[in-house]
Amino acid sequence: MSPLAQLLEAALFSACRPITAEELASLDSEASPADVRVALEQLREHYDFNQHGVELGEMAGGYQILTRPAHAAAIERAQFTVRAPKLTAATLETLAVIAYRQPVGRLEIEEIRGVSAGGVLRSLQERGLIEVVGRSEALGRPLLYGTTPLFLELLGLGDLADLPKAEELTIALRPHRATAEGADEAAAYVEAES
Amino acid sequence: MTATEPLTLPEPPTSALGGGAGFVVELEAFSGPLDLLLHLLREEQLEIADIPIARIADQFLQAVHELGLNQAADYLDMASRLVRLKVQMLLPRNSEEDGWEDPRAELVRRLLEYQRIREVAVWLGRAAARRAEQFARGYLPPAPVLPPPPLALNLMDMLSAIDRVIAGMPSPVLHNVVARPLNVEAATRRIEDLLAEQDQIRWLDALGSGVTIADVLSTLLALLELAKRGRLRLLQPTPFTPMVIARESPRSAA
Repeated sequence: MSPLAQLLEAALFSACRPITAEELASLDSEASPADVRVALEQLREHYDFNQHGVELGEMAGGYQILTRPAHAAAIERAQFTVRAPKLTAATLETLAVIAYRQPVGRLEIEEIRGVSAGGVLRSLQERGLIEVVGRSEALGRPLLYGTTPLFLELLGLGDLADLPKAEELTIALRPHRATAEGADEAAAYVEAES
Repeated sequence: MTATEPLTLPEPPTSALGGGAGFVVELEAFSGPLDLLLHLLREEQLEIADIPIARIADQFLQAVHELGLNQAADYLDMASRLVRLKVQMLLPRNSEEDGWEDPRAELVRRLLEYQRIREVAVWLGRAAARRAEQFARGYLPPAPVLPPPPLALNLMDMLSAIDRVIAGMPSPVLHNVVARPLNVEAATRRIEDLLAEQDQIRWLDALGSGVTIADVLSTLLALLELAKRGRLRLLQPTPFTPMVIARESPRSAA
């Protein structure tokens, strides 16, 4: 491995969170972004080729050294660490709506899920998976929510573009303000179905 | 995981639903009325686009009833919508009429949208489960991201900063400081003055007029103290009559 790859490995090993390529580049003033990319690739290949127990993970716009899934059960059995608890259906549905519709208000989430969302939103906010990103211009200026980098980290996603593509779904990635538009989409879907 | 739907269940669902269809439904299995509705449609293998509203409305009401979900406003809201749709579908209509709009269109749109969200939710759940198979270094709270100088703050940043500061503040410990309300000395003097004039006084006389709770306590303490010192006797001739305060030895005291 190149000296830069070794430096990056040391930095990633010491870090407790995903580190972005820009942050890694700041380790060595001589290194260009391209050098960092090459070194990261070298590190990834090193772990893969030599069949290390860890691999280079890429998520939330950064890099992180992660254990391989094959070792999860044994590590957990030894109680060295614990697996993140499973997310409930209510949590996942709420996260799904927010991930695709952000920035989105509570009313819209409740409208789509058909249940009140206050409790779930509060707990998601406490866990740092969503945050208030602004206020709507609508009556009462309700709070608008968006997902956080921690959300991407929890799901192991690089960024929001890694979510299933909008074309594969009837809902749009961006909120459609006009409800008529949504009705048209649904109508078109109904016709296609029947 | 703390996020749960605010649904209260009076009693655990025990009965089968669907009129002998023979399946038992657990409340936890549903994340809302749309979920229950989709479940019913799937069980009956019905198309979302062409819901037999009358049948589904009846089944939904039965399910809600048998699940004991009567208290869940979200389910009742859906139930009322279904009943209204059922009525609308019964109204005579001219199907060739251009302006006629299927009253079910809104429900169909919501169901399709919800179904998509469920799809995404399942995908998210799998992604999270995959990620949970891999461990990173021990967790430390991420360091706060410092904004580059000059500080570029917006209103939300400011408000959340204020929230954090307020949340971290210890709540002040407040003591109610009152001037010493008890004045046993004065009460003692008053009782002694009264007993100098009379052999016996009543409890109410000892209190005087316009008394506060502090005065009552002061007087009581003074009486007990004087009784202990043998200066007076506390008597109650018969039960439930006013207490009488008597000078202990009238002659010697006089």
